[in-house]
Amino acid sequence: MFDKILIANRGEIACRVIMTARKMGVRTVAVYSDADAQSQHVSLADEAVHIGPSPVAESYLQADRIIQAALDTGAQAIHPGYGFLSENPDFVRKVGAAGLTFIGPPASAIDAMGLKDAAKSLMVEAGVPVVPGYQGSNQDPVFLAAEADKIGYPILIKARAGGGGKGMRLVEKPADFETEFEAAQREGQSSFGDPICLIEKYIAQPRHVEIQVFGDQHGNVVHLFERDCSLQRRYQKVIEEAPAPDMPPAVRAAMGQAAVEAAKAIGYVGAGTVEFIADGSDGLKEGGFWFMEMNTRLQVEHPVTEAITGLDLVALQLRVAAGDALPFCQDDLSIDGWAFEARIYAEDVPKGFLPAIGTLNHLAFPAGTTFETGSVRIDSGIRSGDDISPFYDPMIAKVIVHGPDRRTALKMLTAALAQCHVGGATTNIAFLSALSKHAGFQAGNVDTNLIARDLDGLIDTTAPADHIIAAASVLSLGLVPTETGDPWQSLANWRHWSNATYTSRTVHDAEVISRKIEPLSEGRFVVCNGDTSRTIGIIHKAGTQYTLDLDGVQSTLDLVVQGRSIFAFQDGRSFSFEIPDPLAGHSEGADGGDNVFAPMPGMVTIVSAKPGQSVTEGDSLFVLEAMKMEHALRAPRDGIVAEVLVQPGMQVVDGDLLLQMEPEDE
Amino acid sequence: MPVLKSNISPQSAIFQDNVAAHQSGLEAVRLAEQTAHQGGGAASQERHLSRGKLLPRDRVNGLLDPGSPFLEIGIFAGYELTEIACPAGGVIAGVGRVCGQDVMVVCNDATVKGGTYFPISVKKHLRAQKIAEQNNLPCIYLVDSGGANLPNQDEVFPDENHFGRIFYNQAQMSAKGIPQIAVVMGSCTAGGAYVPAMSDISIIVKEQGTIFLAGPPLVKAATGEIVSAEDLGGGDVHTRLSGVADYLANDDDHALALAREVVSNLNRPKVAQLDMRTPEAPLYDPSEILGVVPADLKTPYDIREVIARLVDGSRFDEFKARYGTTLVCGFAHIMGMPVGIIANNGVLLSEASVKGAHFVELCSQRKTPLVFLQNVTGFMVGQKYETEGIAKNGAKLVTAVATTSVPKITMLVGGSFGAGNYGMCGRAYDPRFLWTWPNSRIGVMGGEQAAGVLATVKRDAIERKGGSWSADEEAAFKQPTIDMFTKQSHPLYASARLWDDGIIDPRKSRDVLALSLRAALNAPIKETAFGLFRM
Repeated sequence: MFDKILIANRGEIACRVIMTARKMGVRTVAVYSDADAQSQHVSLADEAVHIGPSPVAESYLQADRIIQAALDTGAQAIHPGYGFLSENPDFVRKVGAAGLTFIGPPASAIDAMGLKDAAKSLMVEAGVPVVPGYQGSNQDPVFLAAEADKIGYPILIKARAGGGGKGMRLVEKPADFETEFEAAQREGQSSFGDPICLIEKYIAQPRHVEIQVFGDQHGNVVHLFERDCSLQRRYQKVIEEAPAPDMPPAVRAAMGQAAVEAAKAIGYVGAGTVEFIADGSDGLKEGGFWFMEMNTRLQVEHPVTEAITGLDLVALQLRVAAGDALPFCQDDLSIDGWAFEARIYAEDVPKGFLPAIGTLNHLAFPAGTTFETGSVRIDSGIRSGDDISPFYDPMIAKVIVHGPDRRTALKMLTAALAQCHVGGATTNIAFLSALSKHAGFQAGNVDTNLIARDLDGLIDTTAPADHIIAAASVLSLGLVPTETGDPWQSLANWRHWSNATYTSRTVHDAEVISRKIEPLSEGRFVVCNGDTSRTIGIIHKAGTQYTLDLDGVQSTLDLVVQGRSIFAFQDGRSFSFEIPDPLAGHSEGADGGDNVFAPMPGMVTIVSAKPGQSVTEGDSLFVLEAMKMEHALRAPRDGIVAEVLVQPGMQVVDGDLLLQMEPEDE
Repeated sequence: MPVLKSNISPQSAIFQDNVAAHQSGLEAVRLAEQTAHQGGGAASQERHLSRGKLLPRDRVNGLLDPGSPFLEIGIFAGYELTEIACPAGGVIAGVGRVCGQDVMVVCNDATVKGGTYFPISVKKHLRAQKIAEQNNLPCIYLVDSGGANLPNQDEVFPDENHFGRIFYNQAQMSAKGIPQIAVVMGSCTAGGAYVPAMSDISIIVKEQGTIFLAGPPLVKAATGEIVSAEDLGGGDVHTRLSGVADYLANDDDHALALAREVVSNLNRPKVAQLDMRTPEAPLYDPSEILGVVPADLKTPYDIREVIARLVDGSRFDEFKARYGTTLVCGFAHIMGMPVGIIANNGVLLSEASVKGAHFVELCSQRKTPLVFLQNVTGFMVGQKYETEGIAKNGAKLVTAVATTSVPKITMLVGGSFGAGNYGMCGRAYDPRFLWTWPNSRIGVMGGEQAAGVLATVKRDAIERKGGSWSADEEAAFKQPTIDMFTKQSHPLYASARLWDDGIIDPRKSRDVLALSLRAALNAPIKETAFGLFRM
């Protein structure tokens, strides 16, 4: 076994690898970019090496720097995690050339699976079923259209070098073929530098079922059963499960065998995943699944397999890379219970799943294990107070549940999601929660179009309910008593006779919510909105938990006050409220301020201000791109620009000084 | 510490009767409070709001820490006092907490006659300042006042305890290191201009607050100069040119936030002075007080029933329980704070008086705050008592109470008559706070007794001249005196004149005592030097 390994990754997967390495007594080296200097994976590792600026191309994709870091720290092997350099054969070769071990498959295996058409031909040779289609290099549109007719519509056109849904087009009828083909070629060229496209049969009710395989350097290959990843949105997996619902043992065996054959055909070593598309329209069938591609790395969703097999896949990766034979054979493996994984992302689901950024001021997960199988498992590389930066994948955590059966496990997932509380950035938790309650999903009727088909029903844009607004309003005023020995604190809102009345102001979704609040007895308040008044009781139970009673209707919810932010969590939904600061935005002295600050984190895209320039109040000086929106920053007053402190392309955080004005003459 | 045992069950008929008997008194006070709470009334409030101002009570609530109690004083000031109504005296005042610091807030109510100072307004403002000075509480003046009420100038301006005293107090308190902070949220005219000018720090609201010695009309009359209020003494002028104010606020909310900033920078660390314990609720619910106290003052009851509903765990270490039993003295804790309680349980006799004096000495030596529960008809009269020197024994108690340096809080839970009022720390004896119950009565003596005295004098005169006086005639003679005493001894009559700091709901007595005591602890407890005790 290695004494020390380097992990060429970041975030949760880096943390996850470190945890297993630590258990095995293997020391770890983390690498990090500027933005990750304070990240969790850095603090968990035994050593950490800085490898460059924040953009991935300048850090996590810098193969030479990462290899040098391994050599400098005396690491013997490199674990690539997923993404970044994990499926880059050149990197694998360089690692080997440097005398280090790559924890993963040989470069040749990655090469073999890297190009889709070549991979498919290889699979056909190996007797693995592939989706009817044309994977050749003839790119004549007329020829391909004829091939498409042979396969039968609808068909898919895919960029050869594409993946993750990019460069993929659905063509419903022959008339559209030519335009779509040209578009797919263009996209292939611009995204991957390769215009060559393949075509294949489009399966109307497709299920994404994948087989986890594992090979060692002694020629042994086994499969660790399947995962169903049919819940996808634009080919991005959302919730994964293992095993697949309604999987007949014969189909499992056939699919497993096909995957093992595929792996063997390319001399696969380590953890890999063979993805199949299955026709779910009439149940899973032995002849109803086709090879799609093979991922030559550890998958994001590997924990569900770990849950049902009881294996630590990272530990196996390390052992196999160190030359050990697999410690089991196929017959030793069995499935225990059911597991789900949901991926929590910082993204704005109602706004088209727009990636979100922000500082996660509040982060709470259900009690459970971390990076290790348990009834609830949380894999996360983010701590309370960390930023979700625009540089990297905005994944916050993976929630994995393991139960005795599918129904129980799914209930556990819903419950666990309700206890995932993230404040400070918009997340997809409410969407995941809605998905976990989807009737079709609950019944096991999954297909890769389910989310797109039922998207409207899965997105909840309703405003926070009255009781949540009422609770947030009361909390915004800090009127809930704190238990202390001091009567001036414990006798909250105390008055001789008439009750005190307050006006609360909170901002939710850029809208100011104002309520009149009258404290009654301890923990009870009248909350008035115009002519409507309701009585709310708020009892603080423990931690962030409160019991509410709105006109007799009781509920529990979680409330967090963090500075001027209030986060409310209930049933997987979350709402944030801001308390305006009466002192904010008021500058003493002159009419306007002398400085322009960044109002939020983002990227400066346009700088129109120049030093010495004479500006009028309200002139646009900068454009700041944040949350995918452009914000114009304007001159605070008439005057002369003294200094411009940013250039286009610079990343700024909330409160950064961008520009100074010349002082005003008296 | 021994635990008091109540002998009255909340289920008993007497308990229910007592509760019922208190209702009309409570209701009268509640109504009076609601009227005062409204300030100048709806129309006036609308006008005030239309100027972009916050209502005075919203200003106070906005200034205080979220959830802070507000120990309001003088709510009933001016109640049925003058022909022109002056709800709450046109001033809202009380102790609250700002940035963790106990402060005195004095807020003009511009909806009441433009916030001008009536005689009762001045008295209330001075009372608030006295509380601040005695208890070392920073003062925050939320100013919105047209100054002295001109038709009442003779009762507002010239005397020792008139308008000028406000500024004298500001200077004196500033000299003692008690911060004086003014927030000018409206007019601040003539004498009123000295409130911000005499303050350590002043904040003014832009295009709303004005400070000038003479307003535009007076300037025009005096010199012919025509100038707008804003140009004469607006926020811009005073923060940029004159330096009369220090901070310029955009609006009321901003001004209050600035005032809180100012308080947060006062640097006044709290000094613990008492051996505090973890607060503990009484064994008997304080809300039962109405059921254990007869509404009729003539009906005797055991004051320990009240004490059991005020003190932590109903624990009471009674001092000299077997001696001078008409005065109950003992040690207890109220919300964790140690106190010495002196409570009447009948008429004051010599033994009770010297016992009380002894107990005050004990508390003074230990620096334990004193709580007086007054229900006293006076010192005992008659030859026997005069002979045994009740005057000098009573004087011992009065001397002790007058000269002790420990904080004293007085609560009128029943009668407050005659010299009993003195021995039990009436208004003249400078209790830090003096609160009354709706069933309490105050007077030099009872109406019956006063009428009786006058009738006896009259009867003697008639009979000396050989005349006769029928019982009916005597009753008719006595009635006006009885009526007058009845009216004048009512707590609303008393509170309207600020003889006390307010009528409270008896069920909130424990809260009031705790808040008062805690506020009083802001001032260090000094060594006591007693006056001479006549032996």
